[in-house]
Amino acid sequence: MELVLTTHFGNERYRFAETYEQLGGYGALRKALSMPKEEIVAEVRKANLRGRGGAGFPAGVKWGFLPKDLSRPRILVINADEGEPGTFKDRLIMTRGPHLLIEGIAITCYALEAHTCYVYIRGEFVREAEIVQEAIDEATAKGYLGKGILGTGFDLEVTVHLGAGAYICGEETSLINSLEGKRGWPRVKPPFPASVGAFGLPTIVNNVETIADIPWIVTHGGEKFASLGVEKDGGTRLICVSGPVKKPGVYELPVGTSLRSIIYEHAGGLRDGKALKAVIPGGSSTPVLRADEIDVGFDIESMQKIGTMAGSGGVIVIPEGTCMVRALSVLMNFYAHESCGQCTPCREGCGWLAKVLHRIENGQGRNGDVELILEVCDNMLGRTICPLADAAVMPAQSFIWKFREEFDGHLREKKCPYGNRF
Amino acid sequence: MSLAFSEDTRARHERMLARYPNREAAILPTLHLAQREFGHLSAEAIAYVASLLGFTPARVEGVATFYTMYNRKPVGKYHLQVCRNLSCSLMGAEHLIEHVAGRLGVRPGETTADGKFTLSTVECLGSCGTAPVMQVNDDYYEDLSEDKVDAILDGLR
Repeated sequence: MELVLTTHFGNERYRFAETYEQLGGYGALRKALSMPKEEIVAEVRKANLRGRGGAGFPAGVKWGFLPKDLSRPRILVINADEGEPGTFKDRLIMTRGPHLLIEGIAITCYALEAHTCYVYIRGEFVREAEIVQEAIDEATAKGYLGKGILGTGFDLEVTVHLGAGAYICGEETSLINSLEGKRGWPRVKPPFPASVGAFGLPTIVNNVETIADIPWIVTHGGEKFASLGVEKDGGTRLICVSGPVKKPGVYELPVGTSLRSIIYEHAGGLRDGKALKAVIPGGSSTPVLRADEIDVGFDIESMQKIGTMAGSGGVIVIPEGTCMVRALSVLMNFYAHESCGQCTPCREGCGWLAKVLHRIENGQGRNGDVELILEVCDNMLGRTICPLADAAVMPAQSFIWKFREEFDGHLREKKCPYGNRF
Repeated sequence: MSLAFSEDTRARHERMLARYPNREAAILPTLHLAQREFGHLSAEAIAYVASLLGFTPARVEGVATFYTMYNRKPVGKYHLQVCRNLSCSLMGAEHLIEHVAGRLGVRPGETTADGKFTLSTVECLGSCGTAPVMQVNDDYYEDLSEDKVDAILDGLR
């Protein structure tokens, strides 16, 4: 099986420039610097590389939104604010293969004629940020970053910027506000960041994994990358499997690999002989699947067809015996905690979802509470500046639609049939 | 004003400022430096950061209070942050939080009387494959069990 990213992740020295170079690293940058810029962008378009941060927007198309004139400097921002519950792949790239990210940054900035890049890393990732900074320093010393990269006239300055604990900053306009030293409040679009982004300048925001794929695409060509995946969704992706499976972790798999084989073959199936009850496939914000819905390819369109999303690749496995009301309550506490408070439907709605679920779980639910939740969801969906409200609504609705009897059971029995704990 | 950065931090701060096109963008990094230097962000620390960058304290405070990692109140020598999100909960985080709380005699959000430990529950730390997870100051502790946590706490005396 062809791997794009993780081939050498078992090698502890791979995070250092010397080993990375010995294994072919920075060859793609050398090649890119000899290519016309538009050809690099064309290869990325051919690759059908869809953004790996959750939204799945085609990277090459996003790049195409930059204004044609070069009168204003352009900025590349790397979204390393990995915070979607169930997702832990960018952390792996930053710790095991930081030079993949840096080489991807250098190639992308060259192709997009950007001379400034900020890597926005979530504040909790102190050690990860240290590793990335060390790699940046190494790359600069070796002439892959900084002034006159590899003897060309191309300059690039890369700065690590730490967040400070706010899930919302993974949303690109919120991230930009945070980078600018403001509260992480999402911006109304348009204007899109490609025209007015960080510091008012044309800005492209890409996820860590998306950019780490770029060197391979330059080396092997866009068509080859596309052929690893499925139509309109190329390459491999890092799938994160968490919950009580035998082998939780990150698996690099061709886009389109079946969710069943991800859970049962790669992650080894559930522990202690337990049966599967449900799966959240793409991070906590994506609609939940029942155990009988996992014969689906892990790609953006196949997931869409069955009413969920591939998201950021965060597969959360929920075993038989888990209270779905409690599980949803845990998730809604998260969204209530992380709503930035800017839009009323989200600020109030997430809070109410958490409160009503808490009382249902604790045996104090009232008749009509399930309908109340669904009504609150209707008043949130699509009515806010950013998708955080939708991200709370999608699990809330899908948990109720697919496991309604558990919610009704809590109301009927005035207690949690599962003993009110995990 | 009595609070001030050390020489070393001042130099780091100057180097950091050069990475940004304006002083506003330096607010978050400066707050990080201040928290490391002063332990927590008291009103005095906020005012110091504001004066360094040329903003009103209200402006800096408005930013600082948005982000959960900026501690406005003192925290213990060891800040134990246990993840309570779904993947960790499925792997026993609820029991782990109770265990740590019981052992230290504090509830989440509180600091032990000797000022050594603050216990917090936090949302997803981004390490769900090694759940349950706890962050102690800058370091992650993963694949935790009650025994493992006991050993970690014993080592943090």
